[in-house]
Amino acid sequence: MRNFLLDPTYQDAVYLFAAVLFIVGIRMLTSPETAPRGNFLSALAMLLAVGITLASGRIADFRWIALGVAVGAAIGILASQLVKMTAMPQMVALYNGLGGAASALVAVSEFLRQPGALDYFLTTVIMLSLFVGAVTLTGSLVAFAKLQELISGKPVAFPLQHPLNLVFLVAAVICGVLVVLDAEQLRLFAAVAALALVLGVLVVIPIGGADMPVVIALLNSYSGVAVSFTGFVLTNNVLIITGALVGASGLFLTNEMCKAMNRSIWNVLFGGFGLTESGAPAAGVAEIPGGGAVKPYTIEDAVTVLENSDSVIFVPGYGMAAARAQHQVRELGDALEQRGLDVKYAIHPVAGRMPGHMNVLLAEANVSYDLLKDMDEINKDFKMTDVALVIGANDVVNPAAHEDASSPIYGMPVLNAEQARTVMVLKRSMNPGFAGIENMLFYRDNTMMLFGDARSTLSKLVDSLSQD
Amino acid sequence: MVSVYLMGFYVLVLAMFVGFEIISKVPPMLHTPLMSGTNAISGISLVGAVVAAGKGEGALAIGLGVAAVICGTVNVVGGYLVTNRMLRMFRRK
Repeated sequence: MRNFLLDPTYQDAVYLFAAVLFIVGIRMLTSPETAPRGNFLSALAMLLAVGITLASGRIADFRWIALGVAVGAAIGILASQLVKMTAMPQMVALYNGLGGAASALVAVSEFLRQPGALDYFLTTVIMLSLFVGAVTLTGSLVAFAKLQELISGKPVAFPLQHPLNLVFLVAAVICGVLVVLDAEQLRLFAAVAALALVLGVLVVIPIGGADMPVVIALLNSYSGVAVSFTGFVLTNNVLIITGALVGASGLFLTNEMCKAMNRSIWNVLFGGFGLTESGAPAAGVAEIPGGGAVKPYTIEDAVTVLENSDSVIFVPGYGMAAARAQHQVRELGDALEQRGLDVKYAIHPVAGRMPGHMNVLLAEANVSYDLLKDMDEINKDFKMTDVALVIGANDVVNPAAHEDASSPIYGMPVLNAEQARTVMVLKRSMNPGFAGIENMLFYRDNTMMLFGDARSTLSKLVDSLSQD
Repeated sequence: MVSVYLMGFYVLVLAMFVGFEIISKVPPMLHTPLMSGTNAISGISLVGAVVAAGKGEGALAIGLGVAAVICGTVNVVGGYLVTNRMLRMFRRK
């Protein structure tokens, strides 16, 4: 019997089936109920695509593959079980980088295998795959280092930054074109790789910690684009299709994040947001016009207000992730629900360090997902709510976004926390948020500031509420 | 041969439209799992990596291939498992 696995037509049919499974899998992510099955289908599609490649007769020696898969799987399994949910942004950043690295390495190996035998088109897509993959790799590593706080999350700016990047980019394009014209130019090929690796670092280093959701989404998109180029290199449609899906997903999320910050992608990438005119980060507390003062309150004050309330909306921000306080938030939510209060959670699209970050943390803490409300859904509810409980969020509840036309964040869609009867703000200190913008919410008459570590403040609130 | 390349662009453009269409329907609540799930998918370069590592054509090619296989496998295996771990946390009470 003829081995149909060796027939390219059958192989293509399997690749097509895998592509369909990928699409169906992503489609099932539209609801939390079907999402785990969707993820399983997507993994199945991956298994099929890699499996048919292994069985295609193009593999002469399986030993090295087995070694690579064993090492990679061991790392992947360990990492996936050990990573804390608060560390998801850096994990995703790292995986973006690995995806980029894999694409770039495949491009290099395809190039070295047959430099003389490649036509213009194949050399061009190899160069593009190498370039995008390498930028994704080092860009993601910098994002990872910033999120893991191995390096400062503050934007790094230096003179002639953007002209320098442009010079590197132009140099890479010139080298790339020369390689396409003469594929024997190994040194120029290496130069493109080196320039791309450096560019990856340079384009992410000026971007501040609070803008990381955009950067991760964009790098996600790049890793998809690199895969699509690899698909052209290998003339394999399943790579082109999946690359396009990932690329589209990353671009969509990038756009969502930018909309939620009322900024253009160019402003995020080149703006160095969070820096003042002098280039230094804004620091300290600004003088408050009108002589308003921050009023610190005690736990007892807060308990009294909560005891006399009927409804609470939690507003989590990056501070909740930093203090790993999601479990204490849920405990307080439970305690309030037991007292008969109506409890909801308001999630701003850019709260945290990646899209959907707050939802994952609260889901981890066992908050029922139907209580997690998007900004558009919940914003009308604040004015009918007794207490808005802000935990480590700042810019996303800054009323200046719709009141003060001179504010840098004017026009950004924010949560209307200030409309609640009482606003409780759990905050470490009076340091301004990442954007370095003063938040007048903290000075309002209906605002109660509860200073200290969010985790211990929440625990004390839970204890006091369950005592009586 | 040009027609094969051009077909690739047809596939790319159509897949991007499909991508935007299905991804815009994913609720913001699931944007992190969406990201880590699509992230795992981008490890599909593994398909090219196993061919590079399995051809047995010289130490350099094999070395690059194995490095690519490791990166791709970590991306795929870690990506799917962590996405699964996250998605199982979303429960309605």
